[in-house]
Amino acid sequence: MTNTILPSDPALPDDVNRELTIEQRETEGLSQSQVVRRRFFRHKGAMTASAVLLFTIIFVYSSIGVEIYDFKIPGWWIWNYTETSAIVNGGNPTWNTLFAPGEHPFGQDQIGRDIFARVMRGTQQSIVVMVLYGLIASLIGVVIGAIAGYYRGWLDNLLMRFTDLIIVIPIIVIAAVIGRGVGASGAVVLGLLLGLVGWTGLARLVRGEFLGLREREFVDAARVAGASDSRIVFKHILPNAVGVVIVSMTLLMSAAILLEAAISFLGFGIRQPDVSLGQIINEYQGAFATRPWLFWWPGVMIIILVLTINFIGDGLRDAFDPRQKRAPGTSGPYRQMWGMMFGRGRQGTPQIYAIGSDGSSGANDRSVPPGDRKPPPGEIQ
Amino acid sequence: MLTFVIRRLGASVLVLLGASFIIYVLAANAGDPLEDLRASTAINKEQLIQARITLLNLDVPAPLRYFIWLGGVLRFFIGDFDLGKNLAGQEVTALVGSSMWQTIQLVTFATIIAIVIGVAIGMTTALRQYSGYDYSVTFLAFLFFSLPVFFVAVLLKQYVAIGFNNFLADPVIPPVTIVVLSLISGFVWMSIIGGDPKPRLIVFGSATLITAAVLGYLLVTNWFQYPGLGPVLILGLGALGAVAGTAISTGISNRRALYASLVPPVLGALLWYPLQFVMTVQASAWLVPILIGAFLVGGGAIGYAMGLHDKWVAARGGAASGAFVAILLVLDRIMQSWPDYVTNTGGRPIATIGGSTPDLHGSIWIGMLDSYTHLLLPTVALLLISLASYSRYARASLLEVMNQDYVRTARAKGLTERTVIMRHAFRNAMIPIATIIAFDVGGLIGGAIITERIFAWKGMGSLFQDALDHVDMNPLMAFILIVSALTVIANLLADVAYSILDPRIRVG
Repeated sequence: MTNTILPSDPALPDDVNRELTIEQRETEGLSQSQVVRRRFFRHKGAMTASAVLLFTIIFVYSSIGVEIYDFKIPGWWIWNYTETSAIVNGGNPTWNTLFAPGEHPFGQDQIGRDIFARVMRGTQQSIVVMVLYGLIASLIGVVIGAIAGYYRGWLDNLLMRFTDLIIVIPIIVIAAVIGRGVGASGAVVLGLLLGLVGWTGLARLVRGEFLGLREREFVDAARVAGASDSRIVFKHILPNAVGVVIVSMTLLMSAAILLEAAISFLGFGIRQPDVSLGQIINEYQGAFATRPWLFWWPGVMIIILVLTINFIGDGLRDAFDPRQKRAPGTSGPYRQMWGMMFGRGRQGTPQIYAIGSDGSSGANDRSVPPGDRKPPPGEIQ
Repeated sequence: MLTFVIRRLGASVLVLLGASFIIYVLAANAGDPLEDLRASTAINKEQLIQARITLLNLDVPAPLRYFIWLGGVLRFFIGDFDLGKNLAGQEVTALVGSSMWQTIQLVTFATIIAIVIGVAIGMTTALRQYSGYDYSVTFLAFLFFSLPVFFVAVLLKQYVAIGFNNFLADPVIPPVTIVVLSLISGFVWMSIIGGDPKPRLIVFGSATLITAAVLGYLLVTNWFQYPGLGPVLILGLGALGAVAGTAISTGISNRRALYASLVPPVLGALLWYPLQFVMTVQASAWLVPILIGAFLVGGGAIGYAMGLHDKWVAARGGAASGAFVAILLVLDRIMQSWPDYVTNTGGRPIATIGGSTPDLHGSIWIGMLDSYTHLLLPTVALLLISLASYSRYARASLLEVMNQDYVRTARAKGLTERTVIMRHAFRNAMIPIATIIAFDVGGLIGGAIITERIFAWKGMGSLFQDALDHVDMNPLMAFILIVSALTVIANLLADVAYSILDPRIRVG
């Protein structure tokens, strides 16, 4: 297959050459993690999403402070999510001009609780559930998938049948059942227990990766050299599967937010007097016609969290998987749309530079160390 | 194949048993089924509690009580299916019947529409990779993927239902809106079809004009109040569908197939008047499938007779076109009952509550219209989210296939782009999608739990929710049994479909 990347082709536009030099440095002794990090930092969508997510988390935790059971750090916001106060402005949001949020920027509910504080508390709960669920589900998924895929045989059979047991019930059903039991104990317990049932998809994925990777030459070489099982798994196979794991972890995390919100919406998640975003939406959906802000803000917070995490996941996928990458030299989406509006959309299409149009071409061989190349799909069975 | 299916079924039964056991123990310990009685102030409180304990064997510990329940289920084999009783003492088997039908209806509609639209969007984005259209769809897919289903459903209920009903009460579209809508439609079509500047502009102009003309026609003829197709539109739409279908499936150059698929629309327009009589006077529930079947077979026969050396290709085109025309005829008849339906529902035809209007009288067409207006919003809510993921899967899958060697070979031997895409790429791209869709059935039922709650459907979802709320084990387990059985069956079908679609994969 032709490899059309040239070191610096004067016929190409400037930004293409700049891209090419970065791409080429990847072959010059950069470790895989450095390559991935650089690709991720160059992904504008993912970087913006990371910044927004970080800002949201800092904002959410600093505003009403941290409260873990009896240990409390107060935040800069005057109201608490449970205390009631005199109704200002008829409960309507006081945030009408951009830089003057007023006393109750998101308004108040009927008994005078501050919606801003409640939404912030709900977002905190979502973040707690998201992190715990993501960590625990990924950990269990990786361990089970790795054992099943590496040892195969009866152990694989046993573990995969066990996975089937859980996968056959829709996750929201099993989550609602768990939430019915432990929802009252708060977000930490809920996140931990939901993580115990959320690992199934990842386990299957990791098993597939391991089944493919354990047959590769570099694993054989390590085995011949006398490496122990744990060394092969941790030093040779796992680093090659880490992309799949991390990308799936972001998907698990965004799914966790939606899951927690959904079961709290149904009334099986976090209970009163504690707050969760789904619970707020459920509580106030009847008031939608008269007080829509009660409904809007929790929804917006869910969307911000899930969208940013999905974008980060997308950036990570692009960073880990060279085949998914946009070919260097193509212009970004907005310039493309601009070009398209004036009929010049084709100028930026990747066919001109002959990469990406056939994703299996030089793009793989160039940017990743040989052991890391993925076989074409279909080779793994 | 048969041994494979039997072995899989055996394994599935074991999986079902294990899963239901886990859920039973979890749910039985999740709360107290006597909660409402303990809090009650009735004089015979103790007695009521005792009665419920004996009714539901609550004195038996949960893991053992599971086997009592299982015993009732297994009596299915001696013809005495027993799912137990709920807290109020009603037979669960009777409760499940109607609600199962409602949910299956909802999920089936949503799945089919999501597959068709999602695959179409995914394919067009794959063929226009890295275009503005592709990026916009990608962004929208991300957005919809991140939307909680209950949020979408409440918004739909509040804005679409109320707004659309208000619009229908006084259907006026201001000229500015017509212009904006036409321009948007022109832009969308232009981005999908793509190409060089000149064809782009032509597509843009014609799509804009056509949209404006259609909107104008609908307004002038008062179509929103008295919708219908009539013989002219049936002929026109049928012919359009026939030409488009032929262009995609066999290519417009195959004249025999084209003519064969053009016959049913003509036939439909000619038979319109007599069929009105049949559909109004002798309307029975069997009429719709009979009509579609007759047109399907008739169109196929005409195609077979007309296609000289390519009989089966022409027959296929004729049959598809015939079915399409029959569906148009049915739609036309349903639309004609619209004004009647609007007055029946007090001028608010788009429903937000329940699965059907209570005490609705009228012909079967009004009944069908009623179930469609009730299905509309829940289906859209379920649809938007699965649509996003299907379009992504379809895009990834088609891109993968388009890079394969056999596609390059097909191009190299000079086949037309249509043949390459439809015959070589599309079919292979559908293989992985079949499995994904099967896995998704469970998720859709999960989504249906929430949608049913918001739209107050009395389906499986509300059954589950009530049962879990009161720790009412027997209805809960009936739900789990049906949902997990559906998931298992869908997975089994996916495996079988996989082996049929892809001869490289052998099962057994």
